[in-house]
Amino acid sequence: MEDEMKDKGPGSGAEKREQAADKKKASIKPAKKKEAIEARFLVSSSPHIHDGQTTSGIMRLVIFALLPAALFSVYIFGISSLRVIIISICSALLFELVALRIMKRPVNVRDGSALLTGLLLALNLPPGSPWWLVVTGTFFAIVVAKQFFGGLGYNPFNPALIGRVVLVISFPVQMTKWIAPSKWGADAVTTATPLGRIAESLEALGHIEMEFGREEILNLLVGNRGGCLGEVSIILLLAGGLYLIVKKVISWHIPVTFIGSVWAMTGIFHLIDPAHYANPTFHVLTGGLFLGAIFMATDYVTSPMTPLGKIIFGAGCGVITVLIRLFGVYPEGVSFAILLMNAATPLIDRYTKQKVFGARAA
Amino acid sequence: MAKGFFGGIHPDYHKELASGEPVKVMPLPEQLIVYFSQNLGVPSKPVVEKGDEVKKGQVIAEAGGFVSTPVHSPTSGKIKSIGLHPSPVGTEMEAAVIIPDGEDEWAEGCDKERDISGFTPDEIKNIVNNAGVVGMGGATFPTHVKLSPPEDKPIDILILNGAECEPYLASDHRLMLEKAEEILEGASLFARAINVDNIVVAIEKNKPDAIEKMKNLTAGRDRFRVEALGVIYPQGAEKQLIYAITGRKVPTGGLPMDAGALVQNVGTCFAAFEAARLNRPLIRRVVTVTGSGIKNPSNILARIGTTFRDIVDFCGGMTDDTAKVISGGPMMGIAQYSLDSAVGKGTSGIVLLKADEVAQFENNPCIRCGRCLAVCPMNLDPSAISIFAERMRYDETEEYCVMDCIECGSCAYVCPSKRPLVQHFKRAKAEIRKRSKKTG
Repeated sequence: MEDEMKDKGPGSGAEKREQAADKKKASIKPAKKKEAIEARFLVSSSPHIHDGQTTSGIMRLVIFALLPAALFSVYIFGISSLRVIIISICSALLFELVALRIMKRPVNVRDGSALLTGLLLALNLPPGSPWWLVVTGTFFAIVVAKQFFGGLGYNPFNPALIGRVVLVISFPVQMTKWIAPSKWGADAVTTATPLGRIAESLEALGHIEMEFGREEILNLLVGNRGGCLGEVSIILLLAGGLYLIVKKVISWHIPVTFIGSVWAMTGIFHLIDPAHYANPTFHVLTGGLFLGAIFMATDYVTSPMTPLGKIIFGAGCGVITVLIRLFGVYPEGVSFAILLMNAATPLIDRYTKQKVFGARAA
Repeated sequence: MAKGFFGGIHPDYHKELASGEPVKVMPLPEQLIVYFSQNLGVPSKPVVEKGDEVKKGQVIAEAGGFVSTPVHSPTSGKIKSIGLHPSPVGTEMEAAVIIPDGEDEWAEGCDKERDISGFTPDEIKNIVNNAGVVGMGGATFPTHVKLSPPEDKPIDILILNGAECEPYLASDHRLMLEKAEEILEGASLFARAINVDNIVVAIEKNKPDAIEKMKNLTAGRDRFRVEALGVIYPQGAEKQLIYAITGRKVPTGGLPMDAGALVQNVGTCFAAFEAARLNRPLIRRVVTVTGSGIKNPSNILARIGTTFRDIVDFCGGMTDDTAKVISGGPMMGIAQYSLDSAVGKGTSGIVLLKADEVAQFENNPCIRCGRCLAVCPMNLDPSAISIFAERMRYDETEEYCVMDCIECGSCAYVCPSKRPLVQHFKRAKAEIRKRSKKTG
């Protein structure tokens, strides 16, 4: 850098002024051109750059993470599974479109949120669900749970779970008709879910009778069992969850505390009375726990935002799940647990507010 | 010692566009537009009139109070007019249009080298004040005020802010490479003024050459220490910087002195050196001119009052598809509606961006993803505050500590709904200030 600023430029002061005046006369037209360019300048508040991640981008990542489990359901339950997925997604998109139109909200079906809700609901239904059941579910999910409450971002409850729970309560027969796994759904034999089986055994015999060895665990991990479309393959759900954590779409807090608290609590009961309470590993690997803990409880809109809030939320989900499974009427409680904790989310958020940097200790 | 803070983001820095360009002296332009008020705090009072002849370094506006500084003419010439002109802060401001006479003649007494070893703290504060030195990182807070802490707030550490965490900008980087000794001299003056023996030069690790240079220069000088900081935005924000260096937190609503620290930008140190040693008031500064919209990204030494138009021309002009011109960096800088704005004491850079690089914010609903909470360096809840602000519930925004927001823009940078978060916070803060003025 030159230290001196004695760069006087060409000519003396008087000449310079003249030049300036000349230039002014001559520059009327160019000035107009400059104005035209500057009229294009964007003016807005800072910041002026963005990291590029969008809501639809996040939805895409979640859908991508769900795909392996969804495809596996088609492999193991056959074409009826694919049918449920397609009907669910299409009807969800349609309901979203119609609802947005009627409510005169900006139509932005492309954000992918309705598609994701449709997919999630499908993965929470039995493989052979009739079309009307699926459509009723998406109606309650999209129209009632989401749009009635104000649309994306304003729904207090997880839309897909509202859809599922409405169906579970209203159509218990259809919602508990399970198909036994077979390659490409070769022969559709009805079966019971593992959780359903121990509930039956408890009722009939007064104690749990089941085999739970290496082979059973392996079957549960792979997903070789009856159940909802998307809940069966623990390995694929886990892979999807890890993918989302690596991609920073979700954090570990909710899935780990949810699954961990189910394991710990059922473990305590199992230690006290193994005849009436099943093995904790069995509890963790069955039902909709992995699907719920990784993909449903982590729904941004309906779960707390701070790490501490997420831990409380996850643990609460786990405790309620176990209470319902062990002492409730339903063999499975993941959906109810998440919805109940959804209701507590504003409260949790309020009491887990981060302390402002520099705030004096209270 | 902690070398980080909570939250923060890692934007694309694009520093390489300009960081390798040595500082070039910008030739004297045909006219200079010098705003009468160049500092945060009390506006300065103009003391010249249309038609006056002024000398380089002559006071054209004097301090309007304690938290105020004088403004000096950047060259010799004639005051063509006085009136409102577009300014980098986005509003029109009163300014003198000075037509240089080309002589560039210093006013009486200016530009005389002198011995600085004997200056007392009060003399240093006076020199800095009279030279119109303000915080040159962008805040333009009068430096002499920072050097005058009340007696019950002892300061034990002086931090030279060379973090330059804003993407694109390289003016501090270049200054540290080219004027390192002068910066340290200026810092020594500050240290003497506040009686501190512990000086830390804080530089982000993405400027290894500047770290090296400062380390070499400070080797064997006990009072100095060079700290290499992690590259994370906003590392250069005062509170975050103090925390990273000392582990101390500036209390909410407080000043760095409440944490026993004084932070000075390296450019401010250089200005103080020139004021003390050479008796030159602050009439020029290094400006990084960069971004994909400028033909020749450069670092230039420009006089205060040089219009953006002249600077852009000097740097080869802008591309036809330039969509945004920012005074300052892209995270906290201010978008310009016209190139008629002129360089002020806080103009660290001019960034020209194309349409596809510029963020466009929309009022989409918050999906509560929590990213803003995770990146907020002040640990605020930008999501909740923005929702309250949207509904004009300003009491709640205050309850949620919107006044502690440093407007760094990290939250908006990561918001997948592209909500205009910072805009909401600025609005809420303005409303709260307006209200407290009314009631108080």
